[in-house]
Amino acid sequence: MGGVYSLIALGLSLIFGVMKVINFAHGAMLAWGMYIALTTMRLTGIDPFFSFLMSAACLFVIGYIIQRTVVNRIMPFHESMQVIAMVGVMMVFENLAQIIWGPDPHSPHTKYSLSTVWLGSVMIDVPRLLAFGIAILIATLVFLFLKYTDLGKAIRASADNRTGALLVGTDVNKVYGVCFGIGAACVGVAGSLLVPLIPTSPHVGFPFKLTSFAIVILGGMGSLPGAMLGGLIIGVAESLGTVFIPSSLKQIISFSIMVLILLFRPQGLFGGKG
Amino acid sequence: MRKIYSLIGLVILILLALPLFLTDYILGIFVMIFFYAYLGQCWNILTGYTGPISLGHSLYMGIGAYISTKLAMDLGLSPWIGMWIGGLGAALVGLTIGFLGFRFGLKGIYFVLLTIAFAEIGRLIALHLKPLGHMMGFFVDFKPGWTNFHFRGNLPYYYIGMGYVIFSLIVVRGIEVSKLGRYFNALREDEDAAESIGINAFKYKMVAVGISSFMTALGGTFYANYIFYLHPTSVMSMWVSIEIIMRPIIGGLGTTFGPFIGSLLMTPLSEVARSYFAKVGFEGIHIVIYGFLLILAAMFFPGGIFSYLKKALSPLLVGSRRVGL
Repeated sequence: MGGVYSLIALGLSLIFGVMKVINFAHGAMLAWGMYIALTTMRLTGIDPFFSFLMSAACLFVIGYIIQRTVVNRIMPFHESMQVIAMVGVMMVFENLAQIIWGPDPHSPHTKYSLSTVWLGSVMIDVPRLLAFGIAILIATLVFLFLKYTDLGKAIRASADNRTGALLVGTDVNKVYGVCFGIGAACVGVAGSLLVPLIPTSPHVGFPFKLTSFAIVILGGMGSLPGAMLGGLIIGVAESLGTVFIPSSLKQIISFSIMVLILLFRPQGLFGGKG
Repeated sequence: MRKIYSLIGLVILILLALPLFLTDYILGIFVMIFFYAYLGQCWNILTGYTGPISLGHSLYMGIGAYISTKLAMDLGLSPWIGMWIGGLGAALVGLTIGFLGFRFGLKGIYFVLLTIAFAEIGRLIALHLKPLGHMMGFFVDFKPGWTNFHFRGNLPYYYIGMGYVIFSLIVVRGIEVSKLGRYFNALREDEDAAESIGINAFKYKMVAVGISSFMTALGGTFYANYIFYLHPTSVMSMWVSIEIIMRPIIGGLGTTFGPFIGSLLMTPLSEVARSYFAKVGFEGIHIVIYGFLLILAAMFFPGGIFSYLKKALSPLLVGSRRVGL
């Protein structure tokens, strides 16, 4: 799970780091990613572990459109107004998913869903292992993209200093759109990786979103390596915590970590300026 | 100034007489309007007037609801007394959260996340407490009557809800015209500047959190005794917090009448949309439309509706600017 958490948090962190807007619709986008993968599987038989490209592409387009229409306009507003607008986006998405795909949870049977491999004396689920591997791979790709391509550099430049980026001729609005798109695509991939692991339903994203807040705080707002490592830490901490407390209480662990980090190191483990 | 007070008096008179002409169903909608206007006003004291944005007000509401109800069910204490104890409990929690947040200097988004974290922790704990009915929640059942805060029909709740709103308006207006309100506003506008002229930022933010959480808990008691059913997810989830903050933001942050106007617009809208589309057979569409309205309101009325109304009405209400409305 840690790897998938990382990917969700990576999207959130990217969007926050560049636009300073908290994407409350993140959980709903996760559900959309899951449904798109599910539909692809139903229609063409492609396994979710390969169709994540489809989810990524769809979510990229959705994210780009949301950014250009809504987010771009609300960016200069008071934070509470931004919250309201993003909550509105979340409501629209969650309930559109419910209207399109119905309220019932689906757990499709995939080829690998019950297979396991033995690593020495440790038994590992194949879907979990694959999800982890692909999530880390995608996260690394996004990271490299931001580090080395021109567009990635433009995104980082706009995050650093909007006016400066504008002055040297960056099309900041387009860059923001692409950036929101990438953030959404990350969560889309995460969604399709989750399809074999948990049942798909319109409101599945909500706890994930809250956990990914904790991850982003832990790693540092806007810090991408922080989001990745934070995801691993939270994922492991929640799994270990279930040894001591009932598993339905496991989120308390991530929230407690979040509170502690907020109080004592608000810039996060990897945040520079905080 | 006199014009404004006479206008308010007129509105109150109309609202007092209104139940004579309305069906029980519409009265129910009005009860919800009052309820959310009241909660919005409580939230407005903290966020609208003082600045720190809280998305965890459902926690205070839940505490108020549970304390007063448990006291009534187990000890037979009337909710009218229990609500003050619940308020104190919520204020204690609110002050703790405030202490942590303000002492460690959390601002903006970071404070938002802190309040979300505490509200969620509270909800999860409540979900696992046996006396609170575990995952099932529990029903609140007393005999109807004034001492038990339980009535048949919506009419008594209508007047109590109205009382709540008037109470909150008086409190807010009292804060606004006093030195306290000036301190609050100074902190909202520029904390450093406020501190440099000698306002104790920590102290006054704590005061704001204390008042706000105390009053929210009183609203929680009302909820418990109006809905008759308590479940941690229905009283304490983040959705409740969002419902609470939606109305004052739409109506106008940091204004006396913003929460009421926001509630007057949004509550019937959501109610009518829900019942209409449920009848037609498209469940869920009403939330989509509601969501779109929120987005539009946020995009085109960033200052809240009240500030636009004020501009439109200012020729009618000469002198309103001097009152500071």
